[in-house]
Amino acid sequence: MFQNIGELLTLFWRTLKALPLVWRQRQKVFDQLFEIGNASLLMACILSLFIGGVITLQSGPVLVERGFGQVLGGIVGLSVCKELAPVMMSILIAGRIGSAMAAEIGSMSVYQELDALRTMNINPVQYLVLPRLVAISIALPTLVIFSILIGWFGGAMVSAFNERIAISFQGFFSNLRENVHFLSLVNGVLKSFIFAVVIGVVCCHQGLVTMGGPRGIGRSVTKAVVNSIVLILILDYVLTRVLIDLK
Amino acid sequence: MSAATANGHGVRVEVRGLRKSFDGEPVLKGVSFTVEPGEIFVLMGPSGSGKSVLLKHIIGLEQPDEGEILIEGQSITSPDVMSQYRMAMVFQSGALLNSLTVGENVGLYLAEHQLKSPEEITKIVTDKLELVGLTGIESKYPSELSGGMKKRVAIARSLVIEPQLILYDEPTSELDPLIAVTIAEEIVALKERIHVTSLVVSHDRDLAFGVADRLAIIYEGEIQLIGTPAEVRRSSNPLVHKFLTAEFKPNNLSHASK
Repeated sequence: MFQNIGELLTLFWRTLKALPLVWRQRQKVFDQLFEIGNASLLMACILSLFIGGVITLQSGPVLVERGFGQVLGGIVGLSVCKELAPVMMSILIAGRIGSAMAAEIGSMSVYQELDALRTMNINPVQYLVLPRLVAISIALPTLVIFSILIGWFGGAMVSAFNERIAISFQGFFSNLRENVHFLSLVNGVLKSFIFAVVIGVVCCHQGLVTMGGPRGIGRSVTKAVVNSIVLILILDYVLTRVLIDLK
Repeated sequence: MSAATANGHGVRVEVRGLRKSFDGEPVLKGVSFTVEPGEIFVLMGPSGSGKSVLLKHIIGLEQPDEGEILIEGQSITSPDVMSQYRMAMVFQSGALLNSLTVGENVGLYLAEHQLKSPEEITKIVTDKLELVGLTGIESKYPSELSGGMKKRVAIARSLVIEPQLILYDEPTSELDPLIAVTIAEEIVALKERIHVTSLVVSHDRDLAFGVADRLAIIYEGEIQLIGTPAEVRRSSNPLVHKFLTAEFKPNNLSHASK
């Protein structure tokens, strides 16, 4: 385990050192961004709409029954913005994009394509890891902003059309505006940026260390996704504790 | 700067006392030999005798437990030696990048190191593909090619580097005899044309004796014999004799089953 953490940190450091070369790899970054957006946008939209809806449906009737209906917008707004959107989007991206990264690099490793790159003096970290890490670090926070907006909209819809809640769009968003500040958004986006780096490094690392044919690729993909999700959830607690005062 | 670097001809390769073990299992047991500049040196031996591992050491993909490899008298572990000399490897599987087209694969080295403009790269790619008898396949993907075509594209990719040393790992495996002959001719033609040093790893006896200036027989991680094809044929070493004369005889099979 400690060896793994050491390898992850080393890979992260080597990718950071390669960062000045990112302009050279811009085409690959754009390709990856397109790939991530294309694979995740619709799913992010559906997921966020229902997350906002469910959290409103769970908390709305309870709050309304106790006479606290006016704070519903703030509660849903903050939950989606600070917690649900960053974590759920990160898990979605780990499953959809992280697995693809691990599988692609893993198969390149198994079929000697990485060795071929090395014999041509092409560093696999610069060629493969850097564009993926940069792309996911841009794409995930962007998706999270998108997800927050859709989540709020989903919450407002349920709040307005569920007869046990029956709080108007205006009422919902007015309370949301009072409680959700710009720094709350920064909180969620910052978390998602850190999660993106974790997914990128963990999945690319798993790809690079893949051995043993198609079964090895399968094992690497599973490990990449599971490790990413576990790290996201652990880091989520740590980051929440650190960022708790960031309103 | 050495003569080889200055005139672009093949380099001299020396392998000295190379030892390597994986999980305590010795794979190379003190391998030593020298390949002269511009020579085709064939390393022949049965599967699992450590041939491919040896090639990986020479190109720097593996680190030895003991021993050293010298290129033009300089250890490959010395700083900048690997970038000072142009070396290429043709992998057994071809190892073409499946996500890139043939043209992108062949021009990858030039494009990634930004050594030429895109127009020049396109021209060089076409030229190198023509050299190995392939035209008009630049936009195809490796998955659309036959095994022989993949091997030839891999050779074209290695030629783009204008190598002073080419390592071939089982260049004729999985190929039909006609394509195997084409590949063998290509190996010899490259030596004549660009005086490249070639180190060929193979268990194909026809290829080995057809192209080699000298050849070595490796068995269980140890070099058994080094010599010209004629010297190897005359060898009285029983392991060498057994490897060179192994033949499938249906009559023996029918006796065995009785």
